[in-house]
Amino acid sequence: MLYIPCPHCGLRNETEFHYGAEAGVAYPDPNALADSEWAKYLHIRANPKGWLAERWVHFAGCGRWFNLWRNTVTHEIGPAYLPFTEQPKAPGNIGQEGPKA
Amino acid sequence: MTNTNDTLAPGTIGRRRAAALPEQPPQLWKSVKPKKAYDIVIVGGGGHGLATAYYLAKNHGLTNIAVVEKGWLAGGNTARNTTIIRSNYLWDESAAIYEHSLKLWETLEEDLGYEMFFSQRGVLTLAHSVSDVRLKRRNLYANALNGIDSEWLTPEEVKKLVPIINISEDVRYPVHGATYQPRGGIAKHDWVAWGYAKAASDLGVDIIQGTEVTGFDIRNNKVHGVHTSQGTIAAGKVGLVAAGHSSLLANLAGFSIPIQSRPLQALVSPLLEQVLNTVVMSGAVHVYVSQAHKGELVMGAGTDAFNSYAQRGGFHVIEHQLAAALELFPIFSRAQVLRTWGGIVDIAPDASPIIGVTPVENLFINAGWGTGGFKATPGSGWVMAHTIAHGTPHELNKPFALDRFLTGHLIDEHGAAGVAH
Repeated sequence: MLYIPCPHCGLRNETEFHYGAEAGVAYPDPNALADSEWAKYLHIRANPKGWLAERWVHFAGCGRWFNLWRNTVTHEIGPAYLPFTEQPKAPGNIGQEGPKA
Repeated sequence: MTNTNDTLAPGTIGRRRAAALPEQPPQLWKSVKPKKAYDIVIVGGGGHGLATAYYLAKNHGLTNIAVVEKGWLAGGNTARNTTIIRSNYLWDESAAIYEHSLKLWETLEEDLGYEMFFSQRGVLTLAHSVSDVRLKRRNLYANALNGIDSEWLTPEEVKKLVPIINISEDVRYPVHGATYQPRGGIAKHDWVAWGYAKAASDLGVDIIQGTEVTGFDIRNNKVHGVHTSQGTIAAGKVGLVAAGHSSLLANLAGFSIPIQSRPLQALVSPLLEQVLNTVVMSGAVHVYVSQAHKGELVMGAGTDAFNSYAQRGGFHVIEHQLAAALELFPIFSRAQVLRTWGGIVDIAPDASPIIGVTPVENLFINAGWGTGGFKATPGSGWVMAHTIAHGTPHELNKPFALDRFLTGHLIDEHGAAGVAH
């Protein structure tokens, strides 16, 4: 069970949240993209071994989406931050590959 | 390991525990140092990678092959799954490849000359609501059109087949019926890997453990070899069969694949008397269970919610799964959890595998088997071997090409991929 820091509600159990994969993927203009770029937007998300900036929604609490740094090897939790705000730096790596988010 | 003929003798625990288990030979496969070059290098020494090497040798006469494994042979998902075998998938493309695999299972022990306790004890998939019943019956009709054995059982018929199941109406998820595939079943997973390893090794394939692939020698968009923790190995062709680590390898080779890696947990009870002689699955309540030959109950859970490479998951997932299992099987309340573990499964957006060519010439990929790859081991190896040998996909894996995410021709098997994730 992860303990996840919701920026609005504080530290809560993982079971109060839904996962939203890689954070910061901007919605593109479909008409401006080649098919391959559109396919990439639809289907490809970062899947790094190490720190990942990812989206979570606190469905059992405030109901709001936010972003979170989390390590996919150690399950360490890094800083949480709100969408459309400046992304904090990735926490120090512990012998793992750097973030690819 | 300096001795090129190191003896590996797995199976000694099983031999001590039960006289009924067959004797293992003193050596199953040769442990070797990598040569400088091979015609084909397979990255990943799990069931699928070993099966690929075996069928390359057997079906295509190609034996200058190395299987390179980062850890130990079949120590990843091959050792961590719940060994369920079935072919009752919804779409034609899936039905064809999984049924091909099931047919191979039916003669695999004779083919490899190696016992693996393949047991066609039937697979029950429970329905718990009106919509669940409709979906399962739809699946049943699709199976019938594809010539796959599958029948509908009423709750009373389910009870007759599985006397310990609770079919009362006053539970959270009552049993409203089930689909049943009599030819489905289980096999002893590690013996499957050892059987393929032995047969491949006997045909001349080099199996190289403890060697991590750290990069690729790619020139003019064509692969010429792999960089490993034991140095560079030249290769005419390379096959990536690395399950949860597939997207990392693809990135090293310079392209992206739509794979997310998640933990999937399973658990076993201590050895119990035989009380369950068929496989019972339920997507709605997130549990699948069978009883292994030695007597332990083997249960699988749903995936954890987030991406991970940690090979462990949250305990609340196990609790959720056991709560469901206890409602279905009240008798299990007397059993204990002996051991839990997790594997890292590679999930594609449509819960179907990706098998075929990549943007890099002579580099092939077989990934995305997600939560249900064990059953596909023989069929997966068969079509991957064909794809590597000919440079183009087999008829059965054509629909599973990487470019389906560009064309939009997805094969959505979320409904049939076992439990809902």
